[in-house]
Amino acid sequence: MSGPLLFWLAGSALIGLGVYGITVNRHPLRKLLALNLLGSGVFLLFGVIARRGAAAGLGGDPVPQALVITGIVVAFSATAIAIALLSQLQSKAGRTSLDDEPPDEEDRS
Amino acid sequence: MMPLQSLAAAAPTPDGYLLVLAIILPATAIVALVGLGGRGAAGIVLATLAAQLIIAIRVLSLVWQSGAPVVYVIGGWDPPLGIALRADGISAVMMLTSAVIFSAAAAFAWKDYRPPRWSPETRGSLVFWSALLAMASALNTLFTSADLFNLYVALELLTFAAIPVVSLKGSAETLRAALRYLIFAVFGSMLYLLGIVLLYGAYGTLDVSSLAELIRPNAATLVAAALVTVGLLAKTALFPFHLWLPPAHAGAPAAGSAVLSALVVKGSLFLLMRLWFDTFPSLRDPAAMQILAALGAAAVIVGSVMAIRQARLKLLVAYSTVAQIGYMFFVFTLVPVLPGESWIAASAWTGGWLQIVSHAFAKAAMFLAAGLVAEALGHDRIRDLAGLGKQLPLIVLTFAMSGISLMGLPPSGGFSAKFMLLVAATAEGHWLWATVIIGGGLLAGIYIFGVLARMLAAMPDGTAVAEIGRGRQLITFALAGVALLLGFLPLEPMALLQIGRMP
Repeated sequence: MSGPLLFWLAGSALIGLGVYGITVNRHPLRKLLALNLLGSGVFLLFGVIARRGAAAGLGGDPVPQALVITGIVVAFSATAIAIALLSQLQSKAGRTSLDDEPPDEEDRS
Repeated sequence: MMPLQSLAAAAPTPDGYLLVLAIILPATAIVALVGLGGRGAAGIVLATLAAQLIIAIRVLSLVWQSGAPVVYVIGGWDPPLGIALRADGISAVMMLTSAVIFSAAAAFAWKDYRPPRWSPETRGSLVFWSALLAMASALNTLFTSADLFNLYVALELLTFAAIPVVSLKGSAETLRAALRYLIFAVFGSMLYLLGIVLLYGAYGTLDVSSLAELIRPNAATLVAAALVTVGLLAKTALFPFHLWLPPAHAGAPAAGSAVLSALVVKGSLFLLMRLWFDTFPSLRDPAAMQILAALGAAAVIVGSVMAIRQARLKLLVAYSTVAQIGYMFFVFTLVPVLPGESWIAASAWTGGWLQIVSHAFAKAAMFLAAGLVAEALGHDRIRDLAGLGKQLPLIVLTFAMSGISLMGLPPSGGFSAKFMLLVAATAEGHWLWATVIIGGGLLAGIYIFGVLARMLAAMPDGTAVAEIGRGRQLITFALAGVALLLGFLPLEPMALLQIGRMP
């Protein structure tokens, strides 16, 4: 099996796991981890594309590598925001479920 | 990598620097805001939004006069390696719409978020103004970028700027709404990014106009197009991805809700229209486009029925956004795939954009009005709105005016938009979609008149109504007025919206 093919399959597997995880898990932290798995899969595919698209004599096409760095930064920021929201939610509500609480007349603004 | 011959679309125009300013000015202002603290906010925000308006008007008049897009090639690096900024007719219209609504929202939020001169500044106000400017910058990037990856970055900036606005109140309810929004949005952008990587692998470029020439309907391209589309649908909150929208938009402060509902959801929709009509026109399989229209129809019906069932005004207005977004998806099927009856295509195209713009104004006005109602009464329970017509007649009038546009009654932008979509639907024999367009108007009538009937009922004894300043009422009224005035535009396809279209 060639290198790019192996990484292509690994990336696809990660993407599949990520989509499955987001769909099936109810807890936001698990959803977040699944999102990161999905992201890693996509970033791996960027690497594969860079390798495949390289001109003769070059190790890789630099453009996808430049793109993937931005992608990683974006995914990192998204994760950071989500964690911040989660920890706020934990301290406000005492739990981090996304399910709505039973209607509480006082909480309504 | 494939050779790229014709890149005429990316020749820079003399005034292209305006597009850079439209993006970089608000971004710089955020840095200044953080540096100088919330107390400098007043001057900075005012100056930036005024500059935004001037730039948007200038870009629109340039595009209008020259009949060609305004283009800037960043750093002089030609696409496909470099990135081009390009404002065609639809970009210019959206830039102006967004500049006007941002200015109105900022003026509206002035009272709540302006830090008093001698009191310690609050973090809420700094966050609000930074997020507002960040959204303005991200939207301008989205409207002008001609590179799919740059568009991805713009989408993410927009989401990250919108999240703090949703959770600004900091209650558990809004934090939950923000988290749900973030998960949907990031999931959507990951799918978009996956589509992008497949496109780059197949064609070696992400420049919108180069791709349009290279693209062939093969398996890899179709999968990429499907991934990009589903990702953007999740961000646009089209049915069945609409679940995150109502709590997120209803939980934000009024000025934030107005911007989120009027502009931020349109960002990903704008990109979807740009992709399907400028980059993938050769992929537009009628059956696939019918799926988008069917989802749009489902959104119109589900959104309206849910709006009718709401007990709180802000949630009702938010569900109405779900419904109104649905209309915009009829454009995908109503603009014929084959260049045939060109007036039908032009009518559907104009109707779709007019729907986007008039919904932006009407919905901004309606959310601001709902915010004022909540402030005056201390709650927004629809069943307890009685007596408002006597106490705050201008707010009720504003609500009614924006409602007219959402229902699609003449004279209003909403009427012209829906009428043009209806004409295109009947001319092409899409009777089902024509029925949904009319039925959606009736359902909107039910929820709008339901609210108005409560507002105009006699005031029960012992209701306290807080004083609301005249200024904010007039801002809200003016936005609703624009939504109605758009109905006086001539009922014909507009040449401006065709400027710079690729095919």
